[in-house]
Amino acid sequence: MNRLQVDLPGLTLKNPIIPASGCFGFGQEYAKLYDLSKLGAIMIKATTLETRKGNPTPRVAETSSGMLNAIGLQNPGLAHVMEYELPWLEQYDVPIIANVAGTETADYVAVAEKISTAPNVKALELNISCPNVKCGGIQFGTDAKTASELTAAVKAVSNVPVYVKLSPNVTNIGEIAKAVEAGGADGLTMINTLIGMRLNPITGKPVIANGTGGLSGPAVKPVAIRMVYDVSQQVKIPIIGMGGITNAEDVIDFLSAGASAVAVGTANFVDPFVCPNIIDALPHKLDELACEKLTDIMGRSHR
Amino acid sequence: MIKQERMKVVRHKQIADDIFELTLIGQLSLEMKQPGQFVHIRVSDSFEPLLRRPISICSIDPEHMEFTMLYRAGGRGTKILSLKQPGDEVDVLGPLGNGFPVEEAETGETALLVGGGIGVPPLYELSKQLNAKGVRTIHVLGFQSINNVFYEKQFSELGDTYIVTADGSYGSKGFVTDLLAQLNPEFNVFYSCGPIPMLKALEQAFPDKKGFLSFEERMGCGIGACYACVCETTDAVAKDYLKICSDGPVFPRGVVAL
Ligand SMILES: Cc1cc2nc3c(=O)[nH]c(=O)nc-3n(C[C@H](O)[C@H](O)[C@H](O)COP(=O)(O)OP(=O)(O)OC[C@H]3O[C@@H](n4cnc5c(N)ncnc54)[C@H](O)[C@@H]3O)c2cc1C
Ligand SMILES: Cc1cc2nc3c(=O)[nH]c(=O)nc-3n(C[C@H](O)[C@H](O)[C@H](O)COP(=O)(O)O)c2cc1C
Ligand code: FES
Repeated sequence: MNRLQVDLPGLTLKNPIIPASGCFGFGQEYAKLYDLSKLGAIMIKATTLETRKGNPTPRVAETSSGMLNAIGLQNPGLAHVMEYELPWLEQYDVPIIANVAGTETADYVAVAEKISTAPNVKALELNISCPNVKCGGIQFGTDAKTASELTAAVKAVSNVPVYVKLSPNVTNIGEIAKAVEAGGADGLTMINTLIGMRLNPITGKPVIANGTGGLSGPAVKPVAIRMVYDVSQQVKIPIIGMGGITNAEDVIDFLSAGASAVAVGTANFVDPFVCPNIIDALPHKLDELACEKLTDIMGRSHR
Repeated sequence: MIKQERMKVVRHKQIADDIFELTLIGQLSLEMKQPGQFVHIRVSDSFEPLLRRPISICSIDPEHMEFTMLYRAGGRGTKILSLKQPGDEVDVLGPLGNGFPVEEAETGETALLVGGGIGVPPLYELSKQLNAKGVRTIHVLGFQSINNVFYEKQFSELGDTYIVTADGSYGSKGFVTDLLAQLNPEFNVFYSCGPIPMLKALEQAFPDKKGFLSFEERMGCGIGACYACVCETTDAVAKDYLKICSDGPVFPRGVVAL
């Protein structure tokens, strides 16, 4: 029996560890370091209909136990991802979760319809929470009605289950979560980055060219845990939790809070082997907690 | 191949104002081949500071499984690094990126190496490899002031070496390009690393020469996965953007929009 296995809509994961979208490219770079088949799944970089150039540099800045980024969804576009990136990933025994972004509903629908036909794409992650683009991103994720309608529109064309990625930059995340559940979402992924800013102490101007950036890394973990804890009690669909995960203890925290799997983002930059290291550490953690399997831990904060 | 290793500090000392010379020992040194490649260093085992620091490889000594880097202890991370003692371990990821193409200079030819400030270190291994191949090297190195000058002796042993300081406290006064205009050296190819205005002035000063420039940008992953370190390319290049960490940090002249 595999103690780490997790079953989610569309996804049978050999373990719950998934590199987060935007922090793992399309896998090519990390494949030079370890066997990607070891991972539970891979959330690939946000894909839009057209090629996106992204924002001017500097695009990242370090903060206390965290970082800000404003990459601006740079990606090679749907056609390239379908023709090169996804077929290349087929050599690995790992389900792909495609992160779908767009400027308007029609873009999301077009990307979702096409990308969900790729044989290794087992789920979509609807990115309605990118804080770094002027249009198409966070404004879809901060209004319950818009979020719900977009979810329904994408659900209608997708061949695979649809997970919606929630933004923490809202007053009431539970309301948005319930709205996308009502719109037909099969699951939630949360959280995306928190809007932040860092100033240059000499000039007084923002360090990041975009002005603001999205905060991620260990600094955001308590916010993410609170949100997973709240939302998991308000919806029936499963949650893939993320925000500041760096080790196996963090994973246990997220599962305890109510997540069914997790994604690891920024920590990949700190230690490129963080995902396989966590996977190796999880069985020992279970032994320490005298738990038979990982699913026993899920949601225990509510019990 | 890119490796991650906890390497041991063999030697570590201050060699100029805020400039440190750090020599590490470990298997990873054996992977280092090309001058101008860099390593990504984690300065602390905690998450404070969080990100790794990119630092160029200054010299490689495969025989002793060692490599040396020079860095300026200026900010949070590099100040922590400067406290490491011989015997301490440092988490190194590398070698990363594409460095200076040594093969672009033929035996018997002359290469001009131009460095500015903390852009000087990667030119040292480059000069060693060029000299080993029988390429004559001319070094023009610019610093702020006399207290910032380092490695003059090391470069002098390899070829003609000219020092320029912005305030004139050592060598000639001004920028490297001022001195180059006076010297008007004969050479076949130039290699350079330093501040953007310097790289730009060089491209303009030698419009007909073959040249290679090394760039810096803020990094996340250091391996090409996060798209943090992109640079804009000139019209001549088909791609919109290149990544400094994995496509660079060294590019042929005319590729990066300056
Ligand atoms: C390819 C490459 C090679 C380099 N080689 C050398 C070298 O040989 N010697 C040397 O002294 N310096 C080198 N640098 C610059 C060096 O990386 C920065 O000076 C260093 O990261 C600053 O860290 P800190 O902790 O002192 O500063 P902090 O201000 O505390 O750093 C905060 C953040 O900003 C980043 N950062 C700050 N300055 C720079 C910079 N100039 N370039 C990129 N990121 C920066 C840091 O990595 C960190 O993420 C190189 C940079 C690059 C990109
Ligand atoms: C450099 C960078 C790029 C990102 N790009 C995307 C993206 O393209 N799509 C997306 O949905 N989230 C993106 N994110 C957000 C992450 O997937 C994740 O939600 C967030 O960083 C929190 O997790 P962490 O603290 O483990 O990094 C990005 C994050 C970073 C740091
Ligand atoms: S630092 Fe991540 S792509 Fe260059």
